[in-house]
Amino acid sequence: MVTLELSIVALIVSVLIGIGVAYARLSPFRAVSGAATAYVEFVRNIPLLLIMFFVYFGLPVFQVTLTERLAAVLALSLYSGAYMTEIFRAGILAIGRGQVEAGQALGLTGFQISRTVVLPQAFRVVLPALGNQFISLIKDSSLAVAISVRELTYAAVRINDISWRIVEVYSVIAGMYLVVTYAVAFGLRGLEGALRKRS
Amino acid sequence: MDVTVVVDGWRLMGPGLAMTLLVSVSVMILGLGIGLLGGLTLLYGPRLMRLVVRGYVDFVRGTPLLVLIFLIFYGIPAVGIPVPNFVAAVISLGAFAGAQISELVRGGISSIPRGQTDAAMALGMTFWPRLTQVVIPQAVARTLPPLVNTTVEVVKGSSLVSLVSIVELTLATEQVVQRVQRPVPLYIAAALMYFVVNFIVSSGGRRLERRFAF
Repeated sequence: MVTLELSIVALIVSVLIGIGVAYARLSPFRAVSGAATAYVEFVRNIPLLLIMFFVYFGLPVFQVTLTERLAAVLALSLYSGAYMTEIFRAGILAIGRGQVEAGQALGLTGFQISRTVVLPQAFRVVLPALGNQFISLIKDSSLAVAISVRELTYAAVRINDISWRIVEVYSVIAGMYLVVTYAVAFGLRGLEGALRKRS
Repeated sequence: MDVTVVVDGWRLMGPGLAMTLLVSVSVMILGLGIGLLGGLTLLYGPRLMRLVVRGYVDFVRGTPLLVLIFLIFYGIPAVGIPVPNFVAAVISLGAFAGAQISELVRGGISSIPRGQTDAAMALGMTFWPRLTQVVIPQAVARTLPPLVNTTVEVVKGSSLVSLVSIVELTLATEQVVQRVQRPVPLYIAAALMYFVVNFIVSSGGRRLERRFAF
């Protein structure tokens, strides 16, 4: 359950990061888009485990001490946020320029255009990619075991310490992850279908 | 920020980086072998084999890499086969890379238009020449970009074998951090090393892509 909680919270935070940084990347100001690009490229090229260690062991140096769970969520969100940025950037760019111009013609402000015209359509475009990223997040949340968050993989490690039935335990745990990821994939396909029918 | 810590730490982190590279290269060789066989089986294999490979690919892609590593690393010795730690680590990451690459190979080959195979058939080519001389050379160009992504994933994934006590870059950094208690500069240095490795991988990949582009 902690696995799901971590993944869902990180999903929400990283979607917010993704939308924000995607707009930053598309910004006309070189400094802003440059910083956003640097964040995306840097984070996508380093291991999540390292980010997790940095957040958990590194931040206390700056007098910021987080609980294991919060550190895990933060690390997962930062990591996934970089991927989300690319997903949303593609989604926003996929919406025709005409949509924005139509919004301007109606006298909407930039923020209103984003919120009511571009993002709702972009969301539909990015839904499959968003689903894949959520599945990756569920799997990546297993790394929280390294900073001893008591999620699914941690449970497996603990059971093994007691029972030594290693193959059985890890097979069952792998099966549980499979069931969850398949359920999510299946649910998303249903959601995509429903959205397509409505439009 | 104190850079001298990093310079001192290099004595441990340098060999760590070398281990990360060694693991990644071995894994990619193993993964490419598995992936090529797996991808071809998914497309042309007998039905039973196809099902087996499909099961393997879906299982691996649906489980976290860490669980896979624990399963193989602790599982192989548990069923009575002794293997060195390094080999077990490479096998578990190789199984992951193999599953990813199987899908890439399958996708790359099936993206080549049917007409190419038909044309080769019309020229009287048999199955293997058709595959190796007509279809695969074209498929390589399309498979390279996602293959570069998988390579980056493998380099990043190799950090996970630190949790089964292979002293690669992440674990080496951990050890230095524990000794000198200066996490920030050391983690940043490690992150930069990963970044540089992956940057070289992706720019090398782009260069290869240009060469294979028709």
